[in-house]
Amino acid sequence: MSLRIGIDVGGTNTDAAVLRGSEVVAATKATTTEDVTSGILTALTRVLEGIDPAEVESVFIGTTHFINAIAQAKGLAQVAAVRIATPPQSLFPMIDWPEHLLPIIGDNFYVVQGGSQFDGRLLNELDEQGLRDTAAKIRAAGIAHVALSAVFSSVNEDPEIRAAEILEEELPGATVTRSALVGRVGILERENATILNAALRDLAAQVVDGLEQVVTSVGITAPILLSQNDGTVMTLERARRFPIFTIASGPTNSMRGAALLAGINDGVVIDVGGTTSDIGMLQHGFPRESTIAMSLAGVRSNFRIPDVLSLALGGGTVIAEHGGTVGPESVGYRIGSEALVFGGSVTTFTDVAVAGGAEPIGDASRVANLDRTLVGAALGRVRDMLIQAVEKAKLSSADVPVIAVGGGAPLLKAVPGLESIVIPENAGVANAVGASFAEAGGEVDTVYSLDGKTRAEVLAEAKALAMQRAIEAGADPDRVRIIEAEEVPLTHLPGGTAVHARVKAVGPFNPNTISKGR
Amino acid sequence: MQLIDEEALNDITFGSTVFGSGGGGDPYIGTLLARDAIRRFGPVPLVDVEEVPDDANVVFIAGMGAPGVLAEKLPRAEEYDRVLHKFEERMGVKYDYVCPAEAGGLNAVTPFATAAVARVPVIDADGMGRAFPHLEMVTPTLYGGKGTPMMMVDEHGNDLFMVCKENSWAEQIARSAAVTSGANTAMALYPMTGAQAKAWLVRGVLSASADLGRAIRAARAEHRSPVQAVIDNQNGILLFEGKIEHIERRNEGGWTFGRSELSGLGADEGSTMMLHSQNEHLMAERNGEVVATTPDLIMTLELDSGEPIPAEEIRYGFRVAVIGLPCDDRWRTPDGLKLAGPRRFNYDVDFTPVEEFVR
Repeated sequence: MSLRIGIDVGGTNTDAAVLRGSEVVAATKATTTEDVTSGILTALTRVLEGIDPAEVESVFIGTTHFINAIAQAKGLAQVAAVRIATPPQSLFPMIDWPEHLLPIIGDNFYVVQGGSQFDGRLLNELDEQGLRDTAAKIRAAGIAHVALSAVFSSVNEDPEIRAAEILEEELPGATVTRSALVGRVGILERENATILNAALRDLAAQVVDGLEQVVTSVGITAPILLSQNDGTVMTLERARRFPIFTIASGPTNSMRGAALLAGINDGVVIDVGGTTSDIGMLQHGFPRESTIAMSLAGVRSNFRIPDVLSLALGGGTVIAEHGGTVGPESVGYRIGSEALVFGGSVTTFTDVAVAGGAEPIGDASRVANLDRTLVGAALGRVRDMLIQAVEKAKLSSADVPVIAVGGGAPLLKAVPGLESIVIPENAGVANAVGASFAEAGGEVDTVYSLDGKTRAEVLAEAKALAMQRAIEAGADPDRVRIIEAEEVPLTHLPGGTAVHARVKAVGPFNPNTISKGR
Repeated sequence: MQLIDEEALNDITFGSTVFGSGGGGDPYIGTLLARDAIRRFGPVPLVDVEEVPDDANVVFIAGMGAPGVLAEKLPRAEEYDRVLHKFEERMGVKYDYVCPAEAGGLNAVTPFATAAVARVPVIDADGMGRAFPHLEMVTPTLYGGKGTPMMMVDEHGNDLFMVCKENSWAEQIARSAAVTSGANTAMALYPMTGAQAKAWLVRGVLSASADLGRAIRAARAEHRSPVQAVIDNQNGILLFEGKIEHIERRNEGGWTFGRSELSGLGADEGSTMMLHSQNEHLMAERNGEVVATTPDLIMTLELDSGEPIPAEEIRYGFRVAVIGLPCDDRWRTPDGLKLAGPRRFNYDVDFTPVEEFVR
């Protein structure tokens, strides 16, 4: 019982890796299938060759199921949005959403009186009768999923909790996603995430069932955990309720994998794919998260997402103008037929890298006579692009290590001036490795009123709460630690009457604290 | 006269972020509110102050609160409508025109939320030509104009009508009231006549905002330098091109004090710049020498995209152009400098006009 399996379901490939401690015992790449589960089955079957499934202690899965569902508006359920605020409201949920996602709510938006002030005082008394009347309308419309938000529920959850109780009472069988459990301060963005989560609930049930089945079918009885946006994991039970937390796990897993494979906890990670490179910052072994509103498949959100810069540079990136222009066009998945080394006629980053001395891919002789000036110019341009992006991702002027992972990572060996970049072994399956190396985390993101308390006291309170949440999420109580803590007084309020605290605690995942019943 | 529709509003928002000089609050929420009003009631006329009759009644519309609160306790159209009605009720006159108090940031667009419902035009002018953090820091104060009588309303149905002795009292009392009410209020303040508006206000600042917004968009579309477009459009001065090397922020008395250190890029390689901010950028030092101070505008733009970066969002590694824009002449008078010059913010230096800087 000492093996962990990491699986990363990407748009093109499903990667799987088996780890003992931090050692990669086996790794494989399979093609992602339409139903997703058969791709996982193929990868699992291959990677488990010669391994006793009973030895597997836990299975970690990172999946793009849910982000794809949102991007394509496929498999999303009808949702009713209820905002507890001062009626009538002027700014409605789903402002600026892409057209194809608007039918999720349609006209089913309701405002009920209630909510809190920035310092936790009541904004209005909760209108319980109004809420029950609203529930009757939702029932009549036959909607089974409610996205519930209340003004400043991130400061004082009570009005939102009470409203959820009433809705659950009135709407037996329906799900209620409560905004304070999904997002941070900023009600429009928090509602966006809450609505998406509610819309994903049916799909989450299906996906979780499928994952359980496929893992069980290869004889594994260990707990299955899903990667979250922030590099920590959640149980399948929680994933049924909060699928939204998995939607940005791809970049997170590659960065976590890079940290593990390279043995480096602080640095910059470049994940080189076919079309783009994702560049992000590792802090204490975790990706640094964005503090500003991020767009997810066109929806403004404020939830926990790695601050990743996407650069139009990948293995299939087209080189034009005699090496003067690199990208942004890419041959993408057609690289296997269109790149010079694969017998095609388009000069790509892969071609100039191989010509420049990277590990040969395809038929290297096809680029042996490539114009040296072109190769030099293109690789010089790539170097400038990468250096600039790395500088942007960094948080201080100190020199930090740079780690490259992903299928295209070995190409960077040919780029002059980047010799110090660390390209670890198994860089190609960093995502799956990252998935398997997850920790459990807890977060606090709240505006506190400084009523008779010092800023230090408030921060200490937030830290204790974050650690408690991490332990509840499965972190080893003896090894849980704070990895991020900041408090920012709200400006424009005299005397610093309120402070916004953000704290994150993590700890190595302890499988014993997760029930075997999943 | 021109009509401000959604697209023109977006351009104003973009340009007003530049005039925010690093502060003024994120205009996103204000724009949503104004856009909603325009969608329901139609485009809003924007008039030049010259078109305003001398005996017309004019009033500033602004929101007072905390940007962090506004993102949660969303402003409502109701208050931006009511604030004018209630003010008119108290004053016993009808206001024919509304006008922004500050054209930098959030409050550049809040008057449109009132104007759309009340069906009155917005005057293409403001009381700052930029953003400042106090309500007494407006050009009318320089002429003895009074911030009160003033009406402040909130979503709880509270209407506060105030008459204060000094504009600085109005600032302090209004701010306390805004906090008690939950830090999201709408105000009508600085009632004035059309003749006073002509004499007192900074003219053309909203159309300049829109024009600037369009210039940045066009430059991007045509792959020209958006930073150069801002400079050309506003007679700006390029003070520095560099990379943020170090940032310090501390919060005191409700204000965010910041210092950003930059190292030069391109022609500025080998030079350094230090930016000082108190909500807004207020002073720039190049190689230790002061090259720009408040009340001139100092703004950071992302070097490649021209995206204006508010002082609170500057991060290590950002590559920025620091530009200086000359302020309205009245801020450069002894009275203007006393109200909003460097010493008003405790920087013990003399004001130097930004255009005197030679790179």
